[in-house]
Amino acid sequence: MLITCPYCGPRDVIEFTYQGDGNRERPQPASQDLDAWNAYVYDRLNPAGDHNEIWQHSGGCRSHLRVVRNTITHEILSTEFARGGHKAGGRS
Amino acid sequence: MSPRRAEAGGRIDRLRTIRFTFDGAPYTGHAGDTLASALLANGVTLFGRSFKYHRPRGLLAAGVEEPNALVTVLRGEVREPNIAATMVEIYDGLVAVSQNRTPSLAWDIGAINQLGGKILSAGFYYKTFMGPVIGPLKGTRFWMFCEHFIRRAAGLGRAGTAPDPARYERMNAFCDVLVVGSGPAGLMAAKAAADQGARVILADLEAGFGGSANWSGETIDGMQAADWAQRIVGQLEGNDNVRLLPRTTVWGYYDGNTLAALERVTDHKEAAAKGEPRQRYWAIRAGTVVLATGAFERPLVFPGNDRPGVMLAHAAERYAYEYGVLPGQRIALFTNNDSAYASAVALKKAGAAVVAIVDVRSDVTGDMRRLASEAEAELLTGHAVIATEGGKALSGLKVQRFDAMSGALSGDERSIHADCLLMSGGWSPTIHLASQAGAKAEWDPARQAFLPPKPTQRWPNQHWIGAGAFTGAFSTAEAIAEGRAAGVSAAGGTATPIALPVVEAAPGDPDPAPVFEIKAKGKSFVDFQHDVTAEDVRLAHREGFVSVEHLKRYTTLGMATDQGKNSNVPGLAIMAEALGKPILEVGTTRFRAPYTAVSIGSLAAERFGDLKPERLTPMHDWHIANGARMYSAGLWYRPMIYGHAGETVEQAYVREAKATRESAGIVDVSTLGKIAVQGPDAAEFLDRVYTNMFSTLAVGKARYGLMLREDGLAFDDGTTWRLGEQEFLMTTTTANAGKVMQHLEYFLDVIWPELKVTVTSVTDEWAGAAIGGPNARAILASCVKGTAVDNATLPFMGIVHGEIAGVPVMICRLSFSGEMAFEVYSGAGYGTHVWEALIEAGKPFGLVTYGLEALGTMRIEKGHVTGAEIDGRTTARDLHLDWMLSKKKPFIGSAMMDREGLVANDRLQLVGLIALDNRPLNGGGHVVEQLDEENPHDSLGHITACCYSPALGQYIALALVKGGKARHGTRAFVSDPLRDRFGPVEIVSNHFYDPDGSRMHG
Amino acid sequence: MAEYSAFSLLKNALTGNKDWKPAWRKPDPKASYDVIVIGGGGHGLSTAYYLAKEHGITKVAVLEKGWLGSGNVGRNTTAVRSNYLLPENTRFYEHSMKLWENLSHELNYNVMFSQRGCLNLAHTPAQLDDYARRGNAMRHLGVDAELMNLDQIKRLVPALDLSGSARFPVLGGLMQPRAGTARHDAVAWGYARGADRRGVDIVENCEVTGFLRDGDQITGVTTTRGDIRARKVALAVAGSTGHVMQLAGISHMPIESHVLQAFVSESLKPVIDTVLTFGMGHFYISQSDKGGLVYGGDLDGYNSYAQRGSLPIVDEVMSEMLALFPGLARVRMLRSWGGLCDMTMDGSPIITTGPLPGMYLNCGWCYGGFKATPASGWCFAYTIAKDEPHSFNAPFTLDRFYRGLIIDDKGQGANPRLH
Repeated sequence: MLITCPYCGPRDVIEFTYQGDGNRERPQPASQDLDAWNAYVYDRLNPAGDHNEIWQHSGGCRSHLRVVRNTITHEILSTEFARGGHKAGGRS
Repeated sequence: MSPRRAEAGGRIDRLRTIRFTFDGAPYTGHAGDTLASALLANGVTLFGRSFKYHRPRGLLAAGVEEPNALVTVLRGEVREPNIAATMVEIYDGLVAVSQNRTPSLAWDIGAINQLGGKILSAGFYYKTFMGPVIGPLKGTRFWMFCEHFIRRAAGLGRAGTAPDPARYERMNAFCDVLVVGSGPAGLMAAKAAADQGARVILADLEAGFGGSANWSGETIDGMQAADWAQRIVGQLEGNDNVRLLPRTTVWGYYDGNTLAALERVTDHKEAAAKGEPRQRYWAIRAGTVVLATGAFERPLVFPGNDRPGVMLAHAAERYAYEYGVLPGQRIALFTNNDSAYASAVALKKAGAAVVAIVDVRSDVTGDMRRLASEAEAELLTGHAVIATEGGKALSGLKVQRFDAMSGALSGDERSIHADCLLMSGGWSPTIHLASQAGAKAEWDPARQAFLPPKPTQRWPNQHWIGAGAFTGAFSTAEAIAEGRAAGVSAAGGTATPIALPVVEAAPGDPDPAPVFEIKAKGKSFVDFQHDVTAEDVRLAHREGFVSVEHLKRYTTLGMATDQGKNSNVPGLAIMAEALGKPILEVGTTRFRAPYTAVSIGSLAAERFGDLKPERLTPMHDWHIANGARMYSAGLWYRPMIYGHAGETVEQAYVREAKATRESAGIVDVSTLGKIAVQGPDAAEFLDRVYTNMFSTLAVGKARYGLMLREDGLAFDDGTTWRLGEQEFLMTTTTANAGKVMQHLEYFLDVIWPELKVTVTSVTDEWAGAAIGGPNARAILASCVKGTAVDNATLPFMGIVHGEIAGVPVMICRLSFSGEMAFEVYSGAGYGTHVWEALIEAGKPFGLVTYGLEALGTMRIEKGHVTGAEIDGRTTARDLHLDWMLSKKKPFIGSAMMDREGLVANDRLQLVGLIALDNRPLNGGGHVVEQLDEENPHDSLGHITACCYSPALGQYIALALVKGGKARHGTRAFVSDPLRDRFGPVEIVSNHFYDPDGSRMHG
Repeated sequence: MAEYSAFSLLKNALTGNKDWKPAWRKPDPKASYDVIVIGGGGHGLSTAYYLAKEHGITKVAVLEKGWLGSGNVGRNTTAVRSNYLLPENTRFYEHSMKLWENLSHELNYNVMFSQRGCLNLAHTPAQLDDYARRGNAMRHLGVDAELMNLDQIKRLVPALDLSGSARFPVLGGLMQPRAGTARHDAVAWGYARGADRRGVDIVENCEVTGFLRDGDQITGVTTTRGDIRARKVALAVAGSTGHVMQLAGISHMPIESHVLQAFVSESLKPVIDTVLTFGMGHFYISQSDKGGLVYGGDLDGYNSYAQRGSLPIVDEVMSEMLALFPGLARVRMLRSWGGLCDMTMDGSPIITTGPLPGMYLNCGWCYGGFKATPASGWCFAYTIAKDEPHSFNAPFTLDRFYRGLIIDDKGQGANPRLH
């Protein structure tokens, strides 16, 4: 699997660390909504198909990336910085 | 001249004689021979024993698919088992031995299994060996008794245990076009792609390029096919953008068009040249892959088809053309298709007598009749071989009239005298790599073969193009055309019509008759190595194991070292017939990596003998030179003790800890994780990350901090120093340095990108020494320049900058040992310099160096926690760190930490233990209320750390005990059945020593 | 149906093996059952078997989308052990171990459970203490465990590098003597045959495409072979749990599906006579009766339903293998494959009623699915029959995450790829 880091270019998956489901929303720090916190920490979308997920380029620039990847074919559909901004081309 | 070597022919170097041994007997061959061809030339027919019945076996094939002739190659003590003799190039001094036989290949006691006959049918072991339900052999005992003998009888070669001295190497390569296979299709593809300017890699698993051109009698552009191939190879060699990889098996097709290949660099040499690896593992990232992997000829299934002397037709052709070796003098052929006729002609030309061509088809074309007469062979159409004769070598065969439509045999049996029987059951494209890439094979009823799917069905992220026999285009002319088109297209070009090389080939229809098996009396083998017979396949059908995967798993069909390359299609065909369904509906299994077995050494490559990097502190060499006994902590090496002669470990750490508490000690703390946290929002960020406040910390002060995970459990602890308004130096535990760094980065990058903070790992930038004890300050005062270190200038948790021996240092007064203590940080490059200066300054005070054991001892006395207590299952409350949980702000984990399971009364809580029997305790010992040495039960918890406490004069421990806090002052027992250590303890507070901290506050 | 025995083998051999009957029938699905078990893998089949045997519930269908046993029961490294750290896990897996010890007799099918032991190698003093903690925890629950020193290890596995010059020298190990390996496919086939003999319908090539509902209540399933109704619908589809739960409208679960690769070498004469794990990485190995070394390592580390592995993990696993066995560098890897693991947020499984009325859930097996097969089916059958969990599986609820009652043997928190 090759992931195209917007900063470093296409790199082998070995350089990246998976950080899981990118759809999760962290409650506001002061939130007391325990269900929301529990859902954020424990519940995952786990589709057989396109999946929005976070990866860290830990063996490179250490940026976190938001990657849309197909969990059946492992095709990378898009990659962008998780903090927003520059989108890189998909289809690696 | 060897008995089977033809007078002329072959592409071996007859001027070079190579000497080798097989099973101890000396033989000679020629340069260019494989072990198989050389032994065959010497008249050897018996090469191996089969797995289950230990039947004698000869060569079936000439290439990578060989299932029978497996040998072990020896290089001194180093053994390489299970290598196909067809893939071993001979070299002077080669030592090869046969396998799976006792005492010898000719006389194998294991052959007794053949007497088991029908009892040892497929899956028989599932039905027996269960033993009695009661008595001493109940349960698993009887099976394990039987298994003991089964295990010894099973297995092929024997692995070595001596460490392999060879070196393995890994290469990463990138190309526009990777061409797999160098037959006419592959060569044309490589040439065409290279001509387009693409970066091309051409890999072939054989020693030479050319593939089928090397073992065919065809001509291309008027020259021998092999010569034509060499000309193309010559053109490619001169091309800067082409890399040629011979002896390189592309064995895996992974995501993102990454292919794994194994190059056998020196296996064919007597000795590796300096610096040469034994094998090289290539990870190739290819833009497009051209799969020109050819096809395998299939055996026919008939009684006695496994007798030595029965061989695939094209294999014999190859032995003749490539090695000048005739597999027999009187050769018969048995076929269901046209391709065997050219083989017959080739063998006739090479000097053999072709006694008969037995064809299952009732009629063949005039072209085939002409070829048969050219081979001077008797043509028996509408016939089948129903038996073979001979012992460990073929002496003849029996044929009978055969109806290809019904499969019925009729008429009289007829014997034919022959010493070699060649069979051709049609061809199967080598689609393994495409299958690995996700392509679903499609059955082609005309070709009677699984073909790769059309391009539209490819997986979106795998870019490959097929060419030649791989696609079912079995003629050389088609291969050349497809190869060129594939090469051009792979390089991104558009094919313009050009004059393609002209092929002169024997005529032939690529479609075989749909005949796979001749049903007659006797064992007919489908999987030769695993001894799976046609009857076994039918038994699987009777018992309901009809899906292809069940068939494979129940009978072990296709699970031998040839991985079904020979047996897959015949096996499916027999199952399809039993089911009364077309093969199309039976389907096939998905091929998985590797295409052929790959050495584990090659996959480890440079990491063989060097698994993980070693992390050494700047003062590492000093520790070694000064008698430290080291032990590994993760990737780090750290001093355990600095032992004196004759001291036990306990004596050493007790001495070190005692000396520290009495005067002063110094320890290397460079391994602690260190993270620079900088930026306008650094303080705010730390407030969110730590459970306690850091924004209130004054510049020039440090504070002990605790982090939780999101789920509210304790994560890591350490001190963080405020070096400036916007600059902090965070320290973490050694073990968690990497995890904490990722944790911080995640929050800054994903959750709170609005915070203006950067984090930088500076662990390796700083050398750290902790110096503690009543005289620590005096020692520092005597060597630190540029700052005072008195209580006013450097109060508890204060930070100063100064100089030691000319080197700038940063000193923080903090304590893990519980003594008045300081951590001294300098640039890593000066670590030893500063360390030595401190040692020197400490001499008048009796400063000792201490290791992790003494460090651990002093922290246990103080009741501080480390990774043994913050083990991913404990909360701040469990560890009595609830005082650090700020109520003034939310922090990571604050919302989750009070859930019901995390605040229960019976949770494991940190306590201290004192051994009441004054004997050592053991880490990992458990704690119970009621001692029961025979049947220990009802554990309350366990010891996390223990030591002899010089300060208390007792054996003490930290432990996590259920409801521990409420048990202070009560008596319990250690229960450690693993080490037979039982005895009374008192449960106390974890703060054993100086609980109010008066010593460190000074 | 005939009992299997040495005698029946002999008798059938004399008649040319023509009289063997199918190991299980191939029935068409009926319109309704008392219980539908989705998933014809090890857990689904054992659930059906114990429903019939222990609870007399025989109107049961097992629905399998492909071929029986096509999931992880046939894609694992066959280790069976109960050497867990936390009592909830140890109790459950020990129950499984006890069922394993009599399984071949119970099923009249030789599943070849061979108690050759499982040895966890320790490489640092701290790790030895950790293993002692675990071994003692096991002993306090009546489970066998012992520490082994270097001499004992050398006798047991002479091929190991115990020279002390290794990057991570072996200091000792924790042995569970009753652990071992079993023939994985035989477990599926044995349970299938056993369930079939008790009247359970095993329906292959029958993919569940949706759930029949009456309000919230699950009343059956729609399949590629028609609608099938049942009062109780039980899921045992490890690896595909997320996917099947989505059919029931539940989009989020405390589960990620990950790929775990496994490898087998060519057949060798006996060289490793136990199950062995490496302590400074993630590597485990045993040798099958056929002689192949069967081994594996860490997850590939990202969500996947592909049953195909990545190359870096291949390299990592082989490197770790040679760190222990430098003499095996010339042995060759013959086959690799990938299985899908339901990785939960604490590394422990889920066997529970719900989460919808009429639904029962068995999932989240992480690495532990194969060894759990008997107890998983046994406990799940109990839960389905009684509508409440047995004490063995009472801790393995779905709501334990929200309540903080996590069972985290590895201490890694809600990070599935690290469990």
